[in-house]
Amino acid sequence: MSEHHVSHYLCIGCPLGCRLEVEDDGTDIVEVRGWDCKRGERYGREEHTDPRRVVATTVKVRGALWARIPVKTSGSVPKAMVREIAKAVRNVEVEAPVRLGAAVLTDVLGTGVDIVATRDVERV
Amino acid sequence: MAHDVAIVGGGVVGCAIARELSRFRLRVLLIEKECEVGAGTSKSNSGIIHAGYHAGNGTLKGELEWAGNQKWDTLRAELDFGFERIGELMVAFDADQVAILEKYRDQGLRRAIPGLEVWDGERVRREEPAISAAVVAALHAPTAGVVNPYEVCFSLIDNARANGVDLMVDSRVTGIRRDADGTFAIAVGSRTVGARFIVNCAGLYSDEIARMAGAGDFVVRARKGEEYLLDKRLRGMVKKIVFPCPTPESKGILVIPTYDGTLMVGPTAHFVDDKEDRTTTAAGSDEVFRNVRRVVPGISERDCIAEFAGLRAVAAGEDFIIGPSEVKGFINCAGIQSPGLTAAPAIAELVRDMLQDEGLALEPNPSFVPSVRKRVHFATLSTEEQIRLADEDRRYGRIGCRCEQISEREIVDAIHAGARTLDGIKFRTRAGMGRCQGGFCSWRCMELLSSELDIPMTEITKRGGGSWIVCEREEGDDA
Amino acid sequence: MITDEIRHLARAYDVVISGGGPAGMAAAIGARSQGAEKILLIDREREAGGILWQCIHHGFGLHHFGEELTGPEYAQRYLEEVLENDIDVLTDTYVCDISPERQLKLMSGRHGIAVVDAKAVVLAMGARERTRGAIRIPGERPSGVLTAGLAQKFVNMMGYLPGRRVVILGSGDIGLIMARRLTLEGVEVKGVFEIMPHANGLNRNIVQCLHDYDIPLHLSTTVVDIHGRQRVEKVTVAPVDGALKPDLSRAWDIDCDTVLLSIGLIPENELSRKIDLRLDPVTSGPVVNSTMETSMNGVFACGNVVHIHDLVDFVSEESVLAGRNAGAYITGRRPPKDNIRLLPGDNVAYCVPHTLSSEREHIVYMRVRKPIEKCSVRFGEVLEKKLRYVFPAEMVNIKVKPQFLENFHGDALRVDVVQR
Repeated sequence: MSEHHVSHYLCIGCPLGCRLEVEDDGTDIVEVRGWDCKRGERYGREEHTDPRRVVATTVKVRGALWARIPVKTSGSVPKAMVREIAKAVRNVEVEAPVRLGAAVLTDVLGTGVDIVATRDVERV
Repeated sequence: MAHDVAIVGGGVVGCAIARELSRFRLRVLLIEKECEVGAGTSKSNSGIIHAGYHAGNGTLKGELEWAGNQKWDTLRAELDFGFERIGELMVAFDADQVAILEKYRDQGLRRAIPGLEVWDGERVRREEPAISAAVVAALHAPTAGVVNPYEVCFSLIDNARANGVDLMVDSRVTGIRRDADGTFAIAVGSRTVGARFIVNCAGLYSDEIARMAGAGDFVVRARKGEEYLLDKRLRGMVKKIVFPCPTPESKGILVIPTYDGTLMVGPTAHFVDDKEDRTTTAAGSDEVFRNVRRVVPGISERDCIAEFAGLRAVAAGEDFIIGPSEVKGFINCAGIQSPGLTAAPAIAELVRDMLQDEGLALEPNPSFVPSVRKRVHFATLSTEEQIRLADEDRRYGRIGCRCEQISEREIVDAIHAGARTLDGIKFRTRAGMGRCQGGFCSWRCMELLSSELDIPMTEITKRGGGSWIVCEREEGDDA
Repeated sequence: MITDEIRHLARAYDVVISGGGPAGMAAAIGARSQGAEKILLIDREREAGGILWQCIHHGFGLHHFGEELTGPEYAQRYLEEVLENDIDVLTDTYVCDISPERQLKLMSGRHGIAVVDAKAVVLAMGARERTRGAIRIPGERPSGVLTAGLAQKFVNMMGYLPGRRVVILGSGDIGLIMARRLTLEGVEVKGVFEIMPHANGLNRNIVQCLHDYDIPLHLSTTVVDIHGRQRVEKVTVAPVDGALKPDLSRAWDIDCDTVLLSIGLIPENELSRKIDLRLDPVTSGPVVNSTMETSMNGVFACGNVVHIHDLVDFVSEESVLAGRNAGAYITGRRPPKDNIRLLPGDNVAYCVPHTLSSEREHIVYMRVRKPIEKCSVRFGEVLEKKLRYVFPAEMVNIKVKPQFLENFHGDALRVDVVQR
């Protein structure tokens, strides 16, 4: 029987910031403790095995009130790829108008995740 | 063709001389090393027009303080800057200090300064309830006032230029020699400009300028003063300038109700070796607030919204050095520390006469206009007047700076009047000078500078040189 | 649709709201729900929505919408609701003054100087950031020292960087968020420095903004000197002792071209002061009763203009209440007057609202001064609520039901947060 090990995480699922303990036996998770809601338990499992993040950044927009439009990944992406994705998105340019939810880049770096606008911008 | 007079240094003294000389048919050039006039000692200063009794008899300071004081009403009427005679109180804590007050009063009375009175403690607190109960008497001088010193510089130079004076900014004088025909050749970076007369008003660097021409071996040292600006909610807490009685121990920390209605406390007074050392320090802050609370106990660090330090140009012997030098046609105007601002209009007339004595012909300029177009202070207008202006130009209706209630049109006007930097806007309009310190408005001021001057955002600076604000983002990968 | 803008400004409104951010938008909807008909929402920027547009990160709306949204998504959802409710939105306009008769003087880039009458007013101007002057950081005064919020505007709206090598002073949430944001834009973030022994931002932000990117957080450490005559060239930082006094013998220098300040927010009280509202010296915002009414009749206030919130959801919650009460005020359905004053006691910096009525249910928001684990919030002898922990960075909110107050006969109730 392999040794049990406890890892500590702080849940980022909501502002409560539950302090999680994830116990594993070397291969599998045995228990996730310290959560207040199911999201916390899920986060603990994921953070222990395959940490993922949603990335929010901006892209350039032409013909709008501001020079940039906010965007995000349509789903979570592997944590290790966050910087790479932000860099890949940096040079994207779109033309106003843009609608909330519209994809400005599809399947970013082969993750299967799109980059979508998080607001409407009108043409001015 | 050479200029008749080149003025080196665009502080308040240089600007006042330029404006005085613009009354005559002369080709006058003012050379300023910073990107705008008034950027050195004149900007970072207490903004006090002294009552006239402070400086001792037998000194140039003593002669020019009261002479200068009396010229400010006319100057204000002509040039439209903030100035008000709010009066001052020099306070005493014991009988020894009361004797000093009386000595100052008598010095003032001999100069026929009106209104000087020694008040007892009760009268002091009736007029200024915030002053400490430990104050037993004060010398009241109604002739003292406050100005916005940077506005004075802008108004003087704007008027001088309107009357034909040339201005070079971002221009540091690096050498001065005399040509065979007697004119001075002044090296300004890679350019050379010629002038028959030079007036050296280079402030902290006036010793270097004099040495370049062989026109004096005096030394100017920098004495730093730290000042702390308090939130304008304290408006009215103290109504007059309040000085402690000068003692050997205390350099005198003042409470200054500025023209704009904020309180300012300071300055410290310590020599520094580095003539660019405008740092504020924890020790300076402690000194200012500790001393000021002895006089006005209700003042707290918690109300501080900004701090700055200025450098006084101090010559050996502490007096002004004003006069012709061993080099004919080269006039020094050095060591102009307090009460230099007060004295500036009188210095300008004195220098004018000295230039005449040196051989400069003063023929009146028939097209001289003594006044500038009045600037609009939108927030101070009546509602009816505001409605009229905002109907003419909607930019009056758009708030630029919330803390000081400055309209966007006033900011645009400041840019057209010569502001090229965020500080240029700030010192012309007060936008960015209030409690948010530009947090809300600086991005918009930058947009306006960018569009009005047609320069990219990345070239906009706080005060010229390398004081950039934003840079371009890094290019990413090609997506 | 979210650029809808009124073309014609009426002379009189039922409710006028100053500030079109999350607080103002929620107040407008609240006022409508209570039957106010003509509602005007005023914002000084070129679009309503407030600071949310530049808060492009996640973390908004979990309480209010039941899902995690970015700031712009939260703003847009709210603004759509505002417009569906036929609320007039007037942007590019600033409320300069309010008379005791509730006549508002407006400065507008669209309408010039205008005057409108309001039966009720809601103040929702939000907050401003504390600046360098507020903490008197010694040193030179180069460019490159700016608040985190201004940097956020430069980066997320205008598309510029505030610098390339950044030190962040203060561990407020905006500073933490900007540490991550700038890192993703290729900026080198040298560290976050916090003078207190605990962080000021939410724990989740320390994890996802700092730990994720290996950005160091130095607690009990502060910037003691700023160097650079034109642009920031370096800063000196030093650890502080228990009295927050820096130990300069252990100071070190950090090369950087930018200092971002995240040293707290203060209610934007320019207007509140101008119209002479009674202010709470701790919050710097107006004193409000349990209907969020200020010391001036018919003038309500909500959101960060009253006290600084850490979550926009609570801003919305508080502001809907303020808006509902403003709506009730004009229809003459005023609730019974408050009869209990709240007195902040042990480890309580302040409570909002400042007074309660024993006949209604309330949510009391409060902020503690220091962190405690396993603690209780006590309202005198009448109510005790157990909490796992409290932090100064996290606002505490407690529901107080009338049944707890009906047997209380005093006029002042002390609130303590104590160790269990």
